[in-house]
Amino acid sequence: MEQFAQIQVSHLFFLAFASLAVVAAFNVILQRNPIYSAIGLIVVMCSLAGLFLTLAAEFIAAIQIIVYAGAIMVLFVFVIMLLNVREEDAKADRQKYLKFLAVPLFLALIAEVMAVLKTIGNPAASETVPGAVETVAEGMFTTYLLPFEATSVLILMAIVGSMLLARRESKEETDEIEEALTVANQPTPIVEESSEEEVHA
Amino acid sequence: MSSLINSIDFPYVLGALIKVAIFWITIMIICAYAVYAERRVLAVIQNRLGPNRVGWQGLLQPFADLIKFIFKEDIIPMSVNRALYVMAPVISLVPAMMVLIVYPFGPDDLPLPGGEFLTQVVNDLSTKLGLGWNVDLRTVDLHVTHFNVGILYVFAMTGLGVYGIVVAGWASNSKYSLLGGLRSSAQMVSYELGLSLSVVAVLLMAGTLDLTEIVRQQSGWGGMRWNIFGGTSAGEGLKSLAMAVPAIFAFFIYLISAIAETNRVPFDLPEAETELVAGFHTEYSALKFALFFIAEYVNMTTVSVLATSLFLGGWNGPFINVFPWLGPIYFLAKVFFFLFLYIWLRGTLPRLRYDQLMNFGWKFLLPAALFNIALAATIAVLVY
Repeated sequence: MEQFAQIQVSHLFFLAFASLAVVAAFNVILQRNPIYSAIGLIVVMCSLAGLFLTLAAEFIAAIQIIVYAGAIMVLFVFVIMLLNVREEDAKADRQKYLKFLAVPLFLALIAEVMAVLKTIGNPAASETVPGAVETVAEGMFTTYLLPFEATSVLILMAIVGSMLLARRESKEETDEIEEALTVANQPTPIVEESSEEEVHA
Repeated sequence: MSSLINSIDFPYVLGALIKVAIFWITIMIICAYAVYAERRVLAVIQNRLGPNRVGWQGLLQPFADLIKFIFKEDIIPMSVNRALYVMAPVISLVPAMMVLIVYPFGPDDLPLPGGEFLTQVVNDLSTKLGLGWNVDLRTVDLHVTHFNVGILYVFAMTGLGVYGIVVAGWASNSKYSLLGGLRSSAQMVSYELGLSLSVVAVLLMAGTLDLTEIVRQQSGWGGMRWNIFGGTSAGEGLKSLAMAVPAIFAFFIYLISAIAETNRVPFDLPEAETELVAGFHTEYSALKFALFFIAEYVNMTTVSVLATSLFLGGWNGPFINVFPWLGPIYFLAKVFFFLFLYIWLRGTLPRLRYDQLMNFGWKFLLPAALFNIALAATIAVLVY
């Protein structure tokens, strides 16, 4: 009970956000309906932002919500709605043997987390806030300039690649549509038909 | 458990709660009368009378509408996704409301009338109850809080508001609602770019993301050194006027994006009556519809507040140093100007076509905003 004597409000906030994040994360993987999973993921992002706030990293928290909850997840939800994705069917057959992998993988994950937790000591309170705008900007444009630029090129490549893939498909489709249109636009058959009908009448 | 209680700064929390309550009521009244003003001003523009029966000149109309919304039958259609259908209006309103804690209503350290007496009363009471509070109510700050990423916080919250509309569109299980929700998500994501990039020019001038600090910086020239006139950050003298060029560009890009972001005419495609009945809120009735309605007006107020604080000097104005209580009056006057602009545009402009809207956002506003950032950065480097 020693630890409980030192409890503070920030700890309660941490507990609230952390448990919310865990519950929402379970919601993401357990739901069959994709839109519920997406909403679960949004809640996870927001509670992570809350966790960053308890660490006084306001900038990271704001960016977390703007980028993940505000931009990426909107696109996810957009796609789910646009394609009208149905509820996922239970695919028992395909995943029959995968479940035997789950236990060792879970143990490995726990071991990893434990190993990481052991290396992290109690971080000393420093003068500069690690999540402040200036510190992030300074790191991004000095120490980590090359990885930062390389990442942006990588993202650009992904965008161009997806554009190319989408375009190649639609090129064939547009060709088909154009062909159909040229056939439809030939006026002669309609005129002939109508004149024939007149003759019959 | 005593450490838990000691770790809470009760006077601060209580003060913040009181401020939130006051500001919340203020914003609610502003929204209610914005609706009333919209109906009256549109009526004038369209050469008719508008609501003028409830109270003097119809001034009690908003309350009559509210009572009507509360007592109307709340219909939940059979085929909707019930949980999400009920949640959607809340998702749309709560983030919109959460923004008001960073609204800079007025200057810091405003002398509170009767503050001396209040301070004594509260301190006496706390010694009597043994709370040990030591509060100072002689001056007040007219904002709930401020932190160094204030603007990003506003963008984060307005960004979350999209989900209310999207979820409403999906959960309603109706083709009009779904199309409205899809349109609005695409539109809001697109115009958020123009909105946030136009603000970058101001951030370059101010050198901070803190909303209250940005407003404070514009207090030069007897309260008229607004960012749209070049701001303070570029130093004294006429050279700083050069910054007005990117600021004015940014102001117009911001205004256009803000109108699109709040789904208002001429960018109100998500609820285009002629195509989509009422868009994402087609299936909503009674109080749930009212929540969407309020959220729309709160969002309008939020972008007006941002425009006021970032470009038009917030609470700054002539004689602000002599009469500090002019601050909130100037602030509200500027916000009302933007709200009026919304109504004026609605009475004037026709609706855009959807492809025109998207083209305008991506092919004109986004490049223009990027160019403006480059311009602002260049001028800033040359002037400093």
